[in-house]
Amino acid sequence: MEFAYYPGCTLKTNAKEFEKSSINAFDKIGIKLKELKKWYCCGTVYSLATDNLMYRLAAIRNLIKAKEEGYNKLVILCSMCYNTLKQANLMAKNDEEAMHKINSFMDEEINYDGSVEIFHPLELLKERLEEIKGKVVKSLNKKYACYYGCLLLRPKEIAIDDFENPSIMEKLVKALGGSVVNFPLKNECCGSYNIVSNKEAVIERCYRIVINARNNGADAIITSCPLCHFNLKEMQNEIKKIHADFIEMPIYYFSEIMEEAFK
Amino acid sequence: MNELLSKVEEISGENLYACYQCGRCSAGCPMIDEMDLLPNQVILLVIRGDKSVIESKTPWICAQCYQCSTRCPKEVDITKIMEAIRLIKLRKNIDYIKIERLKNLPQIALVAGVRKYTG
Repeated sequence: MEFAYYPGCTLKTNAKEFEKSSINAFDKIGIKLKELKKWYCCGTVYSLATDNLMYRLAAIRNLIKAKEEGYNKLVILCSMCYNTLKQANLMAKNDEEAMHKINSFMDEEINYDGSVEIFHPLELLKERLEEIKGKVVKSLNKKYACYYGCLLLRPKEIAIDDFENPSIMEKLVKALGGSVVNFPLKNECCGSYNIVSNKEAVIERCYRIVINARNNGADAIITSCPLCHFNLKEMQNEIKKIHADFIEMPIYYFSEIMEEAFK
Repeated sequence: MNELLSKVEEISGENLYACYQCGRCSAGCPMIDEMDLLPNQVILLVIRGDKSVIESKTPWICAQCYQCSTRCPKEVDITKIMEAIRLIKLRKNIDYIKIERLKNLPQIALVAGVRKYTG
């Protein structure tokens, strides 16, 4: 089965391992991820102002690209891209007035009607757990804390799972032979783009999240967001400067542990 | 209606009077330790027309994680209210960060930062 996928900027630079491991791991379970021929930056954060449609154009243009290439379904790996495009798509389906303005503004593109269906890869995995079990060569023997962050779950209209108590990643880990730990901070924000303006706040958030995973017995944290991954991983050096007894915690993309189990 | 409240309501599309100050937004906010006003206090001050909220840390520390919005029993979308307060400042062409100081960060952080902190 082939799915078009939208990578986004960070998968081509800081998160190359996320893209590579996802393509490889999905290939093993019979899903070919085919990159869109042309795509743009999605804008990263969905604009929340009622009077600023301009910031939603990039997301809509990407959905038009998918449509023009003949796809009705689009897979998005990065959590932030997923959130931005999914919210823009909801607007396209539900807000006739906004879409009239956007379609009139975009002279060169075809009109967009919200008909591309957007998936996060974890949603595809949920229906293929038995197949995943069958492909495991090396059973994972670690305990994982599954970190969802914010943007796969909120706003609740775009949630890939129960937005207060998601379990897709836990099911994946179990299918791969690993075990999971209770992780109450699994859907609490890491501080996100505060890394740009208030690094200290992000260090504190990440400390709290990693320690919570550690205290619940985790050997590693898995995630699907390149920004959560960056913050949780890179801030550990800073955390060590503040908390001398801090023990480092490995951070992986969920696709990396799939690749490991399938090897 | 005061000028600040009408501007926030116009940009956010939210009805701030629906808030009855239960504090559930503030209870769930992951960034609360860094804030100088609780999210529910921000709503109260906007209703009172107190423009000091624009200069307070709270709307700028908000990470648009949507926790408050999903939990509000009155379905007030507080995330949008924080965005509206930020935009009142940014639309006067006053940036919250200096772009030239940004380095060693992934695009995902840079693009988000530029969108959230510059006009």
